[in-house]
Amino acid sequence: MVQLSINGKKVTAEEGETVLKVARREGFVVPTLCYHELLGSSGRCRLCVVEVHEGDRKRVVASCLYPVKENIEVLTNSDEVRLVRRTVLELLLARCPSAELIQDLAKQYGVSEVRYTPDKDHGKCILCNLCVRCCKDIVGVAALGMSGKGPVKKVGPPFDEPAETCIGCGACVVICPTGHIVMKEETGFRTVWNKKFELAKCSRCGRAHAPIFQLQWISGRSGVPLEELMVCQECR
Amino acid sequence: MDVDKEKLDEIILKYQRSKAHLLAIFQDVQKEYRYLPKEAVKHICLRLGIAQVDGFEVATFYKSLSLKPRGKHSIHVCLGTACHLKGGADVLLSFIRELNVKTGETTADGSFTLESVNCLGACALAPLVRVDDRDFGKTKAAHIRGILSGFTEQHER
Amino acid sequence: MNLSLEKLEKITAAFSAKEQAYEKIMRVCCGTGCITSGANKVFESLSEAVGHNGLSTRILVKKTGCHGLCERGPIVMLGADEVLYQSVGKRDLAGDVELLIKTVTEKRVADKLLFRSAAKKEKYVSPLDIPFYKGQKRIVLARNGFIDPEEIDDYIAHGGYRAPFQALQMDAEEIIDWVTKAGLRGRGGGGFSTGKKWRSARAAQGSPKYVLANGDEGDPGAFMDRSLMEGNPHVILEGMIMGGYATGSNQGYIYVRDEYPLAVFRLSKAIEQARGYGILGRNVFGSGFDFDVEIYRGGGAFVCGESTALMASIEGMSGEPRDKYVHTVEKGLWEKPTNLNNVETWANVPYIINNGWEWYTSTGTKQSPGTKIFSLVGKVNNTGLIEVPMGITLREIIFELGGGIRGKREFKAVQTGGPSGGCIPAQHLDMPVDFDSLTSIGSMMGSGGMIVMDERDCMVDIARYFLKFLTEESCGRCVPCREGTRRMYEIVDRICKGEGKIEDLMHLEELGEALRWGSICGLGQSAPNPVLSTIRYFSDEYKTHIIEGRCPAGVCKELTTFTIMEEKCTGCMRCLTECPMGAIEGARKEPHRIDDLRCITCGICYDVCPFDAIKIG
Repeated sequence: MVQLSINGKKVTAEEGETVLKVARREGFVVPTLCYHELLGSSGRCRLCVVEVHEGDRKRVVASCLYPVKENIEVLTNSDEVRLVRRTVLELLLARCPSAELIQDLAKQYGVSEVRYTPDKDHGKCILCNLCVRCCKDIVGVAALGMSGKGPVKKVGPPFDEPAETCIGCGACVVICPTGHIVMKEETGFRTVWNKKFELAKCSRCGRAHAPIFQLQWISGRSGVPLEELMVCQECR
Repeated sequence: MDVDKEKLDEIILKYQRSKAHLLAIFQDVQKEYRYLPKEAVKHICLRLGIAQVDGFEVATFYKSLSLKPRGKHSIHVCLGTACHLKGGADVLLSFIRELNVKTGETTADGSFTLESVNCLGACALAPLVRVDDRDFGKTKAAHIRGILSGFTEQHER
Repeated sequence: MNLSLEKLEKITAAFSAKEQAYEKIMRVCCGTGCITSGANKVFESLSEAVGHNGLSTRILVKKTGCHGLCERGPIVMLGADEVLYQSVGKRDLAGDVELLIKTVTEKRVADKLLFRSAAKKEKYVSPLDIPFYKGQKRIVLARNGFIDPEEIDDYIAHGGYRAPFQALQMDAEEIIDWVTKAGLRGRGGGGFSTGKKWRSARAAQGSPKYVLANGDEGDPGAFMDRSLMEGNPHVILEGMIMGGYATGSNQGYIYVRDEYPLAVFRLSKAIEQARGYGILGRNVFGSGFDFDVEIYRGGGAFVCGESTALMASIEGMSGEPRDKYVHTVEKGLWEKPTNLNNVETWANVPYIINNGWEWYTSTGTKQSPGTKIFSLVGKVNNTGLIEVPMGITLREIIFELGGGIRGKREFKAVQTGGPSGGCIPAQHLDMPVDFDSLTSIGSMMGSGGMIVMDERDCMVDIARYFLKFLTEESCGRCVPCREGTRRMYEIVDRICKGEGKIEDLMHLEELGEALRWGSICGLGQSAPNPVLSTIRYFSDEYKTHIIEGRCPAGVCKELTTFTIMEEKCTGCMRCLTECPMGAIEGARKEPHRIDDLRCITCGICYDVCPFDAIKIG
């Protein structure tokens, strides 16, 4: 067990827990963007930063990654923390002016104006990396990745071509916090990340339900015969 | 383009099929083809058992790697601090004008690729230009034509 | 083959006897700088001439590593610090080679090739008298310029590889104790206690353990590590063997920048030769301790100089740093205990073991013992590499070793610490240079780059330069650095173009503060330093750009015009000839005129005019 204090409140935690987890459990509000319960953290957005005092050492750290330590004092709303949060949100808003989530957070955390020329070519992508991790760790096809460095860093399928391994499951669409990733559905077809999937028609009700490619993949992975998978969820 | 898979496998074997040496493998392949062909990256990923996205991430992260074909000769104009103070940016501009390309691009005839590099470590001889494996120190705009002709003559012979 | 101390002495005796048989040894510097100036040709011609003239038994021509005086290359040294010749073969290769031969055969020192002071008033025969060398204390660089870096016997003959013999018979704890008491601090710029780091690495749980050498020297303007790796690769290996032994590691890696192919080559050769003698590999010196070193090349990413990014790169991934909430000495390379030190730090270790920690502390200051290698470049007369005791002042470095400011100009600022550092103005020239003093005035010593500026350098442009560099080199992982560096660049760029606002200065401070606290790694955390230090000391210059729309240094092109003052112009045609755009017209002895439409504001005319007849407006 570890004893620490958060905003003056004495709390107890288990060894190995992150400050974020403990802070939220204790009822403190700490915003995050690139953190997800199922995928863990990569410390990219820096929105979750908190101030930590360890002895006479002061640090500002990403609470989603920082492990609790005996006797540390955590401040979730200090001047430096608020400065970093405001700056992150103002910068993200300049990067993705159309992202509603960022607009809301910015307003909530006191960003009154954006003092930079807004970008036009990033859509709503804040490079949180959740889609990449989801596709790799949960779905397991690794159809998305980061490329480039610094100002030209971006997310997408490799070689900027429709990904060979993408099964059109749409998990990335669901996990993307800003709604940047778009899946288009038109009669019989679904397109995501520039890959067009023909949708299988349910062998019972005839409804177009899932990409054939995806069903083939699931069949291959699970051993369940394709004919079974061709029946849509509702008919089963 | 068709890559010689045997040659690639040779290189991979040279590095004991180690994922850790991905960058070195890419660099050796680039030396062969003068760039890193997409097909080579895919084959290497397959052989090493890594996802294509990971190979692509590495191939696009490091400035020394290029997925686009490069010219016969690589010009690197140093833009380190000392070179900047001694007119490195103007040297780069002169190359841009002379070759009619932007930084990072290759001339239409495929002879030269022009790039900038952040410090070659020969700061006392600023501004520095490296063409292939030759370094030219204290470069001035007036020297550019001479430097270039030294390399075009090479393949005219 | 199992090397013993006696064998080392035998090699030493044989090698020394061989060299002593010659009347004179001529050492041709073959570091990257001198090679660029033509050193390879000098070496070939000189060797040929020695053969031709039947002097092969009298004169030995040797290739050595970087002497440090790169700008005056190719450098050839005769004897042991007897005569130093500069710019050999630059204009007349055959003639100069002849002069070199005659120095021995006719005992005639060639006046033409002697080192001259900037004012050309003084000339020097022995390098020991040249102010550039006189003010140095060459401990780590002692053998640079004397030994052939591609010949292990030469290194051994000059005292090399004795330290591991002693160290491998000591207790690991004792070695760490010596290094700690010596006060060795990380020479890469961090300044962390090396002994403390080794102690943590030794205590860390996990196996295998690794020792790494950071040879990714990416600071623009710095080439200390390059010279060490090229000029004396063995001293680094020697240090790593002992570091491995002390921390409990059997595997070392040296990460070398891709832009240093000669360093990679020389280190590889050194490793090969060391393995051949049983100095690396199994059972080093028959001690039972196994240790080997492998080289990893970088891929052209500055951020890979950061410890966690470097490790990610070695693991075959892109070089993205990660938060260091658990130290890399505990969980580093492949999550194993890893001790990373800069190449220069490793190079210090053999000297501590050979001479003892007390000897080591007799140089430098109490908090920063030892020496530091600096690359002194920019607007000084003597540019190159120097090794000086810690605590020496900036003034001594710039005005004594550096020979003062070039031409008729005045000192304006010196940039230290590369993109993580700051600009220091004249008022602080008497500051001692060590790990701690410079941080108090807004800069840092950093890895050793020291870039001197004069009044023709614009501090706002310098800030813009560093921000552009950092924007491009940012790995892009975290929002503050990825988005913040480019936005800071945009603001300063606007100021340089005459579109600045007075609020920009406070905005830059605020954004800088956010990057300092919010970024994952040192690149983002220190990115604000160049711009904030220039605002601190040169706010007037910023204000002139913003309020008056003028660049006093004549650098920011949109805010500068060059005009020839008719009344001062003598029509000498100097500027006309040098103008790269042919933008100046005028007949001889008639006042010249600059065509503003063709002018690219490079300022060459201003810099070459012998009559101060051009003004910046």
